[in-house]
Amino acid sequence: MMNQILIAGFGGQGVLFAGKFLAYKGLIEGKQVSWLPSYGPEMRGGTANCSVIVGDEPIGSPIVNAPNTLIAMNLPSLQKYENAVVPGGLILVDSSLIAEKVSRTDVKVCYVPATKLANDSGFSTLANMILIGKLLKESEDMSFDHTEDALKKVIPARKMNLLDVNLKALETGFGFTE
Amino acid sequence: MSEKVLMKGNEAIAEAAIRAGCRHYFGYPITPQTEVAAYMAKRMPKIGGCFLQAESEIAAINMVYGVAGAGKRVMTSSSSPGISLKSEGLSYLAGSDLPAFVVNVQRGGPGLGGIQPSQSDYFQATKGGGHGDYKMIVLAPASVQEMASLTIKGFDLADKYRMTAMILADGTMGQMMEPVELGDVEVKEYDKSWAVTGTKCARPHNIVNSLSLVPEELEQLNFARYERYKAVEENEVMYESYLMDDAEICVVAFGISARVSKNAINEARKNGIKVGMIRPITLWPFPKAPLLAAAEHCHTFLSVEMNMGQMIEDIELAIRCKRPVQLVNRVGGMIPSPEQVLQAIEEADKGGKAS
Amino acid sequence: MIVFQKPKSLCDVPLHYCPGCTHGIIHRLVAEAIDELGIEGDTIGVAPVGCAVMAYNYFNCDMVEAAHGRAPAVATGIKRADPSKIVFSYQGDGDLASIGTAETVHSATRNENITVIFVNNAIYGMTGGQMAPTTLPGQVTQTSPYGRDVKQCGYPVKISEMLSQLEGPEYIERVAVNNVKNVRAAKKAIKKAFQNQIDGKGFSLIEVISSCPTNWGMSPEKALGWLEENMIPYYPLGVYKDRSAGKEAEAK
Repeated sequence: MMNQILIAGFGGQGVLFAGKFLAYKGLIEGKQVSWLPSYGPEMRGGTANCSVIVGDEPIGSPIVNAPNTLIAMNLPSLQKYENAVVPGGLILVDSSLIAEKVSRTDVKVCYVPATKLANDSGFSTLANMILIGKLLKESEDMSFDHTEDALKKVIPARKMNLLDVNLKALETGFGFTE
Repeated sequence: MSEKVLMKGNEAIAEAAIRAGCRHYFGYPITPQTEVAAYMAKRMPKIGGCFLQAESEIAAINMVYGVAGAGKRVMTSSSSPGISLKSEGLSYLAGSDLPAFVVNVQRGGPGLGGIQPSQSDYFQATKGGGHGDYKMIVLAPASVQEMASLTIKGFDLADKYRMTAMILADGTMGQMMEPVELGDVEVKEYDKSWAVTGTKCARPHNIVNSLSLVPEELEQLNFARYERYKAVEENEVMYESYLMDDAEICVVAFGISARVSKNAINEARKNGIKVGMIRPITLWPFPKAPLLAAAEHCHTFLSVEMNMGQMIEDIELAIRCKRPVQLVNRVGGMIPSPEQVLQAIEEADKGGKAS
Repeated sequence: MIVFQKPKSLCDVPLHYCPGCTHGIIHRLVAEAIDELGIEGDTIGVAPVGCAVMAYNYFNCDMVEAAHGRAPAVATGIKRADPSKIVFSYQGDGDLASIGTAETVHSATRNENITVIFVNNAIYGMTGGQMAPTTLPGQVTQTSPYGRDVKQCGYPVKISEMLSQLEGPEYIERVAVNNVKNVRAAKKAIKKAFQNQIDGKGFSLIEVISSCPTNWGMSPEKALGWLEENMIPYYPLGVYKDRSAGKEAEAK
């Protein structure tokens, strides 16, 4: 198994954090992992993406060119990466921010109104983790196990009060049905 | 005993340096290596070390020169344009036979270039960069774990041979996170009786110096330095050999290019193509012997690098032009894809079968 | 009874400086200060590129030869490596005020606890008399053969005035070595600059106005006269900054 995940959106949407969570979860589960951010003058508002690979074999290139899983958190990201997804892959779309539908028919698509769900639940900055929760549900190689341990690794110590809402966001996504 | 943690390559270098006994860091901000400085700024004050943001790359490397002259482990880090500025200091460090540790997290060039990953400072690192006859030990990590382990190794080699050890990484290696295990490091002690530590009025004064106006003497200094370099070439070559036993095609790649190439090699092997890889871990000293040996059974060599063809010249020299060496490259911040490398392997395979 | 001898902190070797050059005097003043403060065994000097490039052969303490202009950065490294050591740089005008201006300004603004001896003779000596950053307006040199044209190449750099505007440095004084009175004052200033470092007060720079008979094309005696008549009016002597004494920028 080699799960190649690409998470893409605007800077400030928690793209890198979501990726780190998946990488740490994989590490705790004894998997091979890598995490690679796009970098540059795009701290907030610009485009940001990160490549996460979780697998059983040693990881060659850490760059995800052909993802099994694409999480698109804005329209430019969907447009840019939709065609890169391997056939049979999975695309998660934040349908609160992206009105367009995926045109591919050879991939599985989940439309999750993550931003709306996050706002409604009182954790408006955690649309990213709602989408990750949905990924844990939909991916054959993933489960809800070790989420709390992984969160404890990625949330900075001084922000550990946010552990519960992160868990709730993951649960919200995990339990969401269209 | 130590736990695996996820770290960025840049952070792994910084933490490994501290564990290797480095307590002095001087740098100047430049993308994509700022995490090294940020990490040092946070940690050094807590462990009685010195982090200083210098006014320029030039000042930073000369502060390194000062600490090295005083006999302590010291480092600086930068990215391509900054290394050009440091090149003067690198030459002086070599001329004064001082041990130093320098990190170059490369970006695309020349000039201001870009900020995306590159390997276009290969010549600068392996052939000198600054003026005069000199060498640096050049280490090319291909994982975050190696960013750490080669840092520790680099400090040792620098002290052992009284020369600069440089990590030649790229933006990808610096920015990516991977699990890394950082154990305790045994910091070896080296004789530094040459250092300026104050005479205590008990010995003749020590002089750290690269000036020698008598040609006969300067010649001897160069000869002596190259004797040391010879010992480095004999003892310190490091490389990884991947699926080379029955290989008919040899990919040569370092750093991120080697990671990408591995994907392509695995894919080609599935299709029955006998391809392997020699991954230089030390770019200087270059692994000449294993490459020459590979020329006995490989009909083609592929040099996969993120520049316009720099390492390819060292491969050709190492195999004495016995076999064709083809360049597989992307530049300017672009990274070769596994598909590009695979295609080159497949073409080499067809060419090999035809001849 | 010995009435005169070489300071312990100077090596017993002949200096290479030209006849009448004031570097010998300044070397001696630095060495006397080191001797009198009893710090020879803990002092590390940094030599420049310029006429004083071989100062490492003359001072008896541990010495480092720096790249051109980088002496304050090298001194910073040495001092940070072991703050208990006394670290000084000895630099000329090209080294300190041209190619090494950034290192000078920033070591001063950091109040780096080092001592800088700045020898200003308004010319590049070692390379054979080219225009220096401190060459006076109208002064003839090899590269200003018609006299320094300020419209073409600007005005001399006044280091003591410049640095005294910074919050950072502890002590900035300009002295001269053209007569006995001034030499004595220079000695006092240099000793104070080392004492400041011993006391942990920070960055002290002593600018020493000196002569270059060879490249000025004058006899040593005439050169000292030219210094007094031309350089001192342009570069007024005095304490420009002495933080501990409550003295901020102000020339005598």
